[in-house]
Amino acid sequence: MTIWMMIILMSIVTIIPRILPAFLVDKIKFPDWVGQWLELIPYAALGALIFPGIINIVSDQPLIGVVGGFVALVLAVFRLHIIFVVMGAVAAVYFML
Amino acid sequence: MRSVDQIKRGLKVGLPIMLAYFPIAVTFGVLASQAGLSVFELTGMSMFVYSGAAQMMAINMILLNTSALEIVIATFVLNFRHFIMSFSFAHRTMATPLKWRVASTLFITDETFSVTTVEKDAVKQANGHLFYFTFVFVSYLSWVVGSFIGGFVGDIIPDSISQSFSVALYAMFIALLVPSVKSNFRYGLIAILAMILNFAFGQFFQEGWSIVLSTLVASGLGFLVLRRRAS
Repeated sequence: MTIWMMIILMSIVTIIPRILPAFLVDKIKFPDWVGQWLELIPYAALGALIFPGIINIVSDQPLIGVVGGFVALVLAVFRLHIIFVVMGAVAAVYFML
Repeated sequence: MRSVDQIKRGLKVGLPIMLAYFPIAVTFGVLASQAGLSVFELTGMSMFVYSGAAQMMAINMILLNTSALEIVIATFVLNFRHFIMSFSFAHRTMATPLKWRVASTLFITDETFSVTTVEKDAVKQANGHLFYFTFVFVSYLSWVVGSFIGGFVGDIIPDSISQSFSVALYAMFIALLVPSVKSNFRYGLIAILAMILNFAFGQFFQEGWSIVLSTLVASGLGFLVLRRRAS
C-alpha cells in the first residue's frame, strides 16, 4: 500500500465519525434526555483529555506536566485570557526543562 | 450580528488554537520528513486527516514498520472520540443550516470542540454558523501551514520550545474547564470522574477507546445523578 493510500484511508475513518452526527441530528428525533446527556459530554471529555495525558508530555518526568497543569489552573482561576493561560503553562514547562 | 463581525469573532476566538497548533504542526512536519515522508505527503496527511494525535502515531508506526492497515485501524480507534464530540456539537447547533453544520463538524478536534462548548451563544445569533466555521477553519489552516513549514523548512523551532509547547493543548483544556466548574462545581466532579475512569480504562484499553468510554460513562453517571436530584 502506498503512503497516499494510507493517508486516504486514515482520512475516511477520521472524517466519517466526524460528520455523521451532523446528518443524524436532522434525521432522528432524539428524546430530551439525550440532549441533557450530550450537554454534559464536554466536561467529561475535557477531564479525560487532560488526565492522564498531561503527565506524559515529557516522558518519565510526570512532575513537569503536573506543574504545567497547576500553573494553567491557577491562571485560569484568576480569569486570565486563554492565551495567557497557555503561555504561562508553556513558560513554566520551558523553565523546568 | 453581521456576517463580517461573526467572521472576525471566529478569527479572534481561533487565535489561541492557531498559536498552540502551529509549533506542534511544525514538529509533526519535521518528524514526518525525518521518517521519510515527502513534504507533499506530510502536508497532504495534515490536510486530509487533520488529527495531531493520529498523525504523530502514524509516524511512529511507520518508523516501526507497522503495516498501513494497522495504522488505519489505530487511527479509527484513536479518533472515534470525535464522533461523540461531533454529536454533542451537532445537537447543540441543530438550528444552523445542514451544509454549515457538516462543514463545521468536518473540522472538529478535541480543541475546537472544547472551545465551541464555551461559545454557546453563537447558536442563537444571526450568522452564528459563520462564526463556528471561521473558527474551526483558521485552526485547520494553522495546522496545515505549520506542517508544511516543518516539512519544508525543517527544524526552525528549537527542541526546548517545541517540547514546552506540548503542554499548550492541556493548558487550553484546563482554561476551558475552569470557568464552567466555577459556575457549577458538579461539572468539575464529572471531569474528575472522567479523569479517574480514563486512568483506570487506560490500563486495559487503547487510548482512543479509553477516552471514549470514560467520557460516556462519566457524563452518563453525571446525567443520572443530576436527573435524580432534579426530580
